[in-house]
This record gives sequence, C-alpha cells and structure tokens, in this order.
Amino acid sequence: MAEPVLDIRRLSKSFGALKATDDVSLDLRAGEIHALIGPNGAGKTTLIQQISGALKPSSGSIRFLGEDVSALDVAERARRGLARTFQISSLTPEFSALRNVMLAVQARQGSSFRFFRDVMTDASLTEPAIAALSRVGLGDRVRTPAAELSHGERRQLEIAIALALRPKAFLLDEPMAGMGPEGSRALTVLLDGLRAEAPILLIEHDMDAVFALADRISVIVYGRIIASGTAAEIRADSAVRVAYLGEPG
Amino acid sequence: MSRETLLNAGLALLLLVLPLAATALGEPFYVSLATRMAILALAGVGLNLALGFGGLISFGHAAFFGIGGYAAGILAGHALNAEPLLSWPFEFSGSDQMHVVWLVAALASALAALLIGAISLRTSGVYFIMITLAFAQMFYYFAISWPAYGGEDGLSIAIRNGFPGLNTALPMDFFLICYVLLMLALVLSWRIRDSRFGAALQAARQNDVRVAALGIEPFRTRLAAFILSGMITGVAGALYADLNRFVSPSMISWQMSGELIVLIILGGAGRLFGPVVGAMLFVLLEFLLGGLTERWQLFLGVILLGVVLFARGGVIGLLVGRARHG
Repeated sequence: MAEPVLDIRRLSKSFGALKATDDVSLDLRAGEIHALIGPNGAGKTTLIQQISGALKPSSGSIRFLGEDVSALDVAERARRGLARTFQISSLTPEFSALRNVMLAVQARQGSSFRFFRDVMTDASLTEPAIAALSRVGLGDRVRTPAAELSHGERRQLEIAIALALRPKAFLLDEPMAGMGPEGSRALTVLLDGLRAEAPILLIEHDMDAVFALADRISVIVYGRIIASGTAAEIRADSAVRVAYLGEPG
Repeated sequence: MSRETLLNAGLALLLLVLPLAATALGEPFYVSLATRMAILALAGVGLNLALGFGGLISFGHAAFFGIGGYAAGILAGHALNAEPLLSWPFEFSGSDQMHVVWLVAALASALAALLIGAISLRTSGVYFIMITLAFAQMFYYFAISWPAYGGEDGLSIAIRNGFPGLNTALPMDFFLICYVLLMLALVLSWRIRDSRFGAALQAARQNDVRVAALGIEPFRTRLAAFILSGMITGVAGALYADLNRFVSPSMISWQMSGELIVLIILGGAGRLFGPVVGAMLFVLLEFLLGGLTERWQLFLGVILLGVVLFARGGVIGLLVGRARHG
C-alpha cells in the first residue's frame, strides 16, 4: 500500500506534568477524510499545532509526503502543502475577503517579493481568489473587510483561504464551529467533494457532519487515542460511548 | 479619483508652490523652510514603510538619518582635502557629488538596517522598540567618540555637494532636488503598498500567525521592508546634512528618532502622504511657535495628544477617513 500522505508516529507533548499529547500515532491517506473527535480539552488543537509546526513536540515524528518535517517551521510546512484552518478564525481583519484569499494565492505562487505591480490588477491573483470565495458561498461578499463579516462568514473565509492554497493535505480545526445548520450542511457537501483533491484531517464537534463525512474516525481523550476505526466501528465501541458519546456503557 | 488622492495631489502641489512663491517674493528663507519639510518628509516616508505598513515601531531610525548625514559629511571632507578614504579594494577619495553621496548613504544604511533588523526583528512590541533605540544609541556614542570626524562637535561641509547640471548653492535648485527625491520615494512607497510584497507586509502587521500559516515568512518580509526603510531615511539624512552644511551626533540622537515617529503619527501612520503632512506641520509649528517660545514642543505635545485621542488616523484620517484596502 502507498505511504500515507501524513504519518504521525508516537507523538508526545508535555506541559510540565500534563501530557497534552500522549504517544499519538495516526495517519492520513490519499482521498480520505480522517476525523479526530474528543471532548473539550482532549488535546485536539494541541495536536494540530504540532502537525502544523506551531508547537514543538516533546518526542515522536511527523512525516509529510514521505519526508520528516518535524524540524521545519510553520511557513515551510505550509509551502510544502499543509494547509491549516484555525478553530478561532485567524484573518487579516483590515483586508477585504478578496485580499485575504489573494494573499493565499500569492503564497502558493511563491512570489511575495514583487514590489511594483498593483495586486488588484493582477488576474492571476484575483481570479483564483474569486473562484475560491464563490466555492464557499462568499461570492457576494468579496469586497467586505474581514472584520465586518459575520462569524459564519469568517468561518467560510477560512475555508476559502485553505482552498486557495491548493494544499496536499488539509488540517481543519472545527470548521463548522458556530456556523448554523444551513452553513454546516453546505460545508458538509463541500468537504465531501474536497477529499478527492486532498485528504482532510478534520477536527469537529458536529457529530452529524463527522459521521456523514469521515472514512475513519479517531477518538482522543486526555491526549491519548482510545479508539480508531470506521464510523460504524466507532459507534459500536463501548469505550468511546462511555468516554465521549455520553452513553452509559 | 478618491478624496485621498485629491488631498495628496493638493499637498504635493502646496509643497512645490510654497518655495516658488517665496522666491518670487524675494524671501529665500522660506525656501529653506520648505526644503526642511521635504527632507523630513522623505525621512518619514522611509520610516512609514516599516512603521506604517509593517507595524514595526522603530525608535532608532535616527541611526539611518545620521549614517546618511555622516556619509555626506565624510565624503565631502575627503574630496575637499583630497585624502583617500579607501585604498583597497579600490581607490576612493570621497566625493562632492550628491548622487555618489546618496548611493553611499543608501548602501551604508542598508548594511546597518540589515544588522539592526536581523537582531531586533526577532522580537516584537516594546522589546523591538527598545532594541532599535539601543542600536541607535550605540551609533550615537560611536559618532561622539570618533575624533577623526568631529566627535561631539560634528563635521562641517564647506561647500554643499554638487549635482550635475544644477547649482546646489541656489536654494531653489537644492529644494527641487529634495522635492523630486521625495516624489520618487512616494511613488516607490505607493507601488510597494499595493504590491504583493506590500500585501504580505501589511498582512503580517495585522496577523503574523496567519501569514506564516500561508507559507510566507513574516521575518524575511519585515527585514526587507526594514532595509528599504533605512535606505530611504539614510538618503534623507544626506540631504539634511547638505541643507545645514553640517552634520553632528545630534542627527542620531533619540530625540531625532522620536521626531520622525511623531511626524508620522501626526500625519497618519500607514498613509502614503502621512509623513508629508506630518513634516509640513512639524516644521511649520516649529517655525511659528518656536518664534514665540523656546518651549514650542509643549504645544506640539498638546496637538499630538489631540491626534492620538481624537484622530487615530492622523490628519489624513481626519480629512478623508479610514484607509480602504481593495
């Protein structure tokens, strides 16, 4: 079988006595959505931080596209094709939605050291950006500053930015958080089609979305993965039901 | 045309008409006042790249201003005495030509900005402010303790450096040189603001975590901006020394760094013509109030307080509203 796109081996991260990530191994294979679920404080975002390079693990390795990326910084991992969205929207607030996405297009093209041409007249930036915005349903909010977008629209903008990077893998940290039922449904449809472009490691609390989308699910509790398998296997797992799905064993 | 563009055009015209009218009225003193405005505006345009677009509050830009000033003074001195300044790797005995002086000023400032930036840009916030200040103070004390070039007393420039085809001793000719350089720097600043580099720089000011997550290194972007910024301020320093025909360590003092920040805040940080308005107001206030009292900066302080409290976008923001980004 082909090597997974993202391969995490025996990753641990301690903050003093607290083991935020405890010997976690998981992988992400081409064409799949691998969902990571767990109660608040289980260490999901800490794990994403380590994969994206914002946090240095205490031990373990992270391989991406067949290479060890453990020593690389955030920007270098992003350039290699690891696109991450933030649990709390992280945008450039003064820029319009369009310019937020254009910056991602420019980053993908690897050309930020150009000093003269006006970006707004550069179709190689504006066209892919508008396409990404339309795809997430923000086609009519192109010129609105990010700071003036609604909460749900900012979540959509996060996705548009990730799309514009055309990554080799997506790390989506609760993309549906606070989106409302209609937005969640639309995003579910979008993500369903997206896995063919690049595999998705999806952290999500919306269980309807997780069980509708995920090819595989891993459950993380107190920094440890307590179960991993298909949606049906996870539903049937008694330990998961006790620890997380809130059902009596 | 937007209101800001109209305002900018008006300001550019005003700064040009002022010395022309003064010359026509036989008041050459006002030409040198306008020249001072143009030079400080140029220094401010440099700082605005780092501070306004990049959010890098450099409290050490006097270092570049001073380096430019000393470049003018030292090159002119060596040219006058025909003493070689360099014998290796090539023979160089100074120059009394402005374009050579500017080149040296820009290169020396770039080198200093590379050094200062490579270290200080690893920090942010108040630490960045303090490290840039510390570096400028090091340059200040170095200039004071360097007797070969005047030490504390500074260095006179016997004859203002020349420029091919112009008589720089004439106030109006020298003003035009400064004015054209200011306009060129403004065009450069305008292109950079709207370019890909400018987008990365301004985005890093707003959210550097996001910028890094896209794969753009905030550090490299900022360092490039800091170097460009230092170069422009360095050229302004060379002009300032030629204006006064004198350069001294006071050009590198922390008060000078502070004045550059003040005139940007006054005019509007991150606005293209912010430093121009700031410099015009600053020099005007210094002239009008300085005639009444030595303590004229007290009034400057009150005005600055008003701007910070009630007009965060500076005078430009007050007149035309907030900046729009595409």
